[in-house]
Amino acid sequence: MTRPLTGTNSAGIAAEFVRARTRAGSPAMGMVLTLVVVIDEDAVDAALEAARVASHEHPARVLAVVLGSSRGAAQVDAEVTVGAGWGGEMALIRLSGEVVRHPESVVLPLLLPDSPVVAWWPGKAPVDPACDPLGRLAQRRITDASTASPGPSRALHVRCAAYAPGNTDLAWTRLTPWRGLLAAALDQHPHKVTGGAVVAERGNPSADLLVAWLSSRLRVDIRRQTSDGPGLTEVVLETAKGPIRIARADGTHAIFSSPGDPDRPTALKRREVPELLAEELRRLDEDNVFAATARYLTKTTAKSAARRTVGSTRKNPPTKKGTKK
Amino acid sequence: MTPRAARPDSLRNPLRDPQDRRLPRIAGPCGLVLFGVTGDLSRKKVMPAVYDLANRGLLPPGFSLVGFARRDWADEDFAQIVHDSVKEHARTPFREEVWDQLAEGFRFVPGDFDDDEAFDRLRRTIEELDETRGTGGNHAFYLAIPPAFFGDVVGQLREHGLTDTGAPPDQRGWRRVVVEKPFGHDLASARKLNAILGEVFPEGSVFRIDHYLGKETVQNMLALRFANMMFEPIWNANYVDHVQITMAEDVGIGGRAGYYDGIGAARDVIQNHLLQLMSLVAMEEPASSDALALRLEKQKVLSSVRVPDDLAATTARGQYAAGWAGGEKVPGFLQERGIASRSTTETFAAVTLHIENRRWAGVPFYLRTGKRLGRRVTEVAIVFKRAPHQLFNATAIEELTQNALVIRVQPDEGMTVRFGSKVPGTAMEIRDVTMDFAYGSTFTEASPEAYERLILDVLLGDPPLFPRHEEVELSWQILDPILDFWAAQDTSGERPEAYDAGSWGPRSAEEMLARDGRTWRRP
Repeated sequence: MTRPLTGTNSAGIAAEFVRARTRAGSPAMGMVLTLVVVIDEDAVDAALEAARVASHEHPARVLAVVLGSSRGAAQVDAEVTVGAGWGGEMALIRLSGEVVRHPESVVLPLLLPDSPVVAWWPGKAPVDPACDPLGRLAQRRITDASTASPGPSRALHVRCAAYAPGNTDLAWTRLTPWRGLLAAALDQHPHKVTGGAVVAERGNPSADLLVAWLSSRLRVDIRRQTSDGPGLTEVVLETAKGPIRIARADGTHAIFSSPGDPDRPTALKRREVPELLAEELRRLDEDNVFAATARYLTKTTAKSAARRTVGSTRKNPPTKKGTKK
Repeated sequence: MTPRAARPDSLRNPLRDPQDRRLPRIAGPCGLVLFGVTGDLSRKKVMPAVYDLANRGLLPPGFSLVGFARRDWADEDFAQIVHDSVKEHARTPFREEVWDQLAEGFRFVPGDFDDDEAFDRLRRTIEELDETRGTGGNHAFYLAIPPAFFGDVVGQLREHGLTDTGAPPDQRGWRRVVVEKPFGHDLASARKLNAILGEVFPEGSVFRIDHYLGKETVQNMLALRFANMMFEPIWNANYVDHVQITMAEDVGIGGRAGYYDGIGAARDVIQNHLLQLMSLVAMEEPASSDALALRLEKQKVLSSVRVPDDLAATTARGQYAAGWAGGEKVPGFLQERGIASRSTTETFAAVTLHIENRRWAGVPFYLRTGKRLGRRVTEVAIVFKRAPHQLFNATAIEELTQNALVIRVQPDEGMTVRFGSKVPGTAMEIRDVTMDFAYGSTFTEASPEAYERLILDVLLGDPPLFPRHEEVELSWQILDPILDFWAAQDTSGERPEAYDAGSWGPRSAEEMLARDGRTWRRP
């Protein structure tokens, strides 16, 4: 059940949470975190749906903040929902006028006591989330480079350069199943990896991270190659005994090949945002492996950029356009 | 051989990092051979759990499932059975791509347990899978069959070279065996069973599954007791009055007469499940969180258990009578198909146990279990002593009973705390209230089924929380005198007391606690 509140403030929204809970027969209050979602008006539905699904695994107070135009008089409008498929409670808060520059003043009084705060930007995100007024309130800041409009790959490099403890990006989350399979592959074949390649569609930010992770962990050169996608299509690790290869052409089924074994099929589906969000919410402390990978990515990009300005290093040959989403 | 022998590889794996807690542990190449494909256990638990594991990406590429049963089936028929069971019972959504790759690894071997040819076929099937699916000689045998057949099957496995791959030791795959409770029907038979398994499989390769006690429950209990400060100081005879451990089922024996008659509630549930729960609640803090340390503490508690001398006054047993349960007319135990009309098998059992150590001296542990009780529930209730002095007068605290901390195991896993609170108003009146914590609503609703964790542990070779034969034998040592006493009652013509279906057990169980000045909690 949803009640709209017009021209309200934090206290008004907090009081409505309590009223809504009472109306719903005081459902159990087992919320584990506050999730602040910062969204544009046109992305509200998709983001809230993802948050709603994730709230079943992590009951939360969800505060969805829509930042409108900062011109004109300050106005706070809100819709409060308790129950109705939410594992917890949700307020959709629309800000306009001067208050758009001070969204933290609305959100701070509404944070649940003691429990962790997570900020999530499903679309456009600040350059430095940790210094953003809303990002500062959170211990975990989730961005998604793949949705950035002027080039996801570029957005990822910006995020990695601005990395601060607690930051994470769904481009990294998308890699977990791949990384799990690759680690398991090396459990089975404990051979020295001498080289490798990551093949993905152009500008795929997850592929950049995978290259950085593999080359930093294995200390070998990992090539980045382009395909038509969808997403990541292949990873090869070269060993003296032969290549270990995971190939996924259709975004769902993968073939796992390793030296001396028959090819084995395995399901490796591209995951949807709610699943990724739920995975992110499982761990709220700093992700050290992502931190190291982001640092490595930033360092190597800086190096290759320096090299490019000095010599005339040719970029990866753009074989195909591959703009397919 | 310890199954951990394979672990150093992962230490050297540069892609593994202890800090990388996102990375799942995926089992290495392997397959599962399932005996007793048509049983309830296989269809309702094992097959769905295999699918759920695959769906969560935790099974190795090329994982294979071989069914063995006395049925004239082809691989496709077997796949259909698995498909139906997964559709009906799996926890996670059905996904075509997961199913497709899983189903490619299904095989079926028809045959009897004494059929040499069938076991030869089984060996060839496994070898074929190693060849085409890359299972690498690693296979677990899941015996979802009555214990009477364990000897036959294990013997056949050995005879047909299925327990030993014959390859040089360093290239040899592993072979493990999984058995379900009941682990015998008394101490002597449990020892015999252990001997049969032990002859063929080393102890580290035998996995005894007590499915009620999933790893999740055990770990939750350990976290509650030992990760917190506020519970442990009151977890002893100074504050605790008594402990009640209940496992109730609302169903009758259904079609399981053949299994249940002659076994009864105590052997079926108290020997394994309730005694395991009790040892987790009562044990001291283990030296570390590893499997060995945990097992040592559990064994210590089990060896400190004393059964009271007067068993007539401290135990109770019953049989459910015909009646109405949950709005349905149900038959009594003696009217169930396949049960002799004079059967003395109990469907309800309650026992009193004492733990003779400093922490628990004088604190009775009451364990009860039964079929056709009020509702399906498993819980541990720690009931505290009353406050030594009451500030408030007798009328104010009339409605106040004893504080209690209840660990709910299933359904709705979580914890309830019962304490006194003032009723709003001008009069001073204090009444019991409860405060609930549920894992289901506080954390994930997608908490993995016990079977998923268990099967994954088997495939990973992680035996931590499976009971070892020492624990099994200690449990029988506790239960045997009680079973003997009941058998003696039978011969003197005393029968288990009848209780109404859908109630909370026979009157003798109420009287058993009343003699100590206590009452059972309504779970």
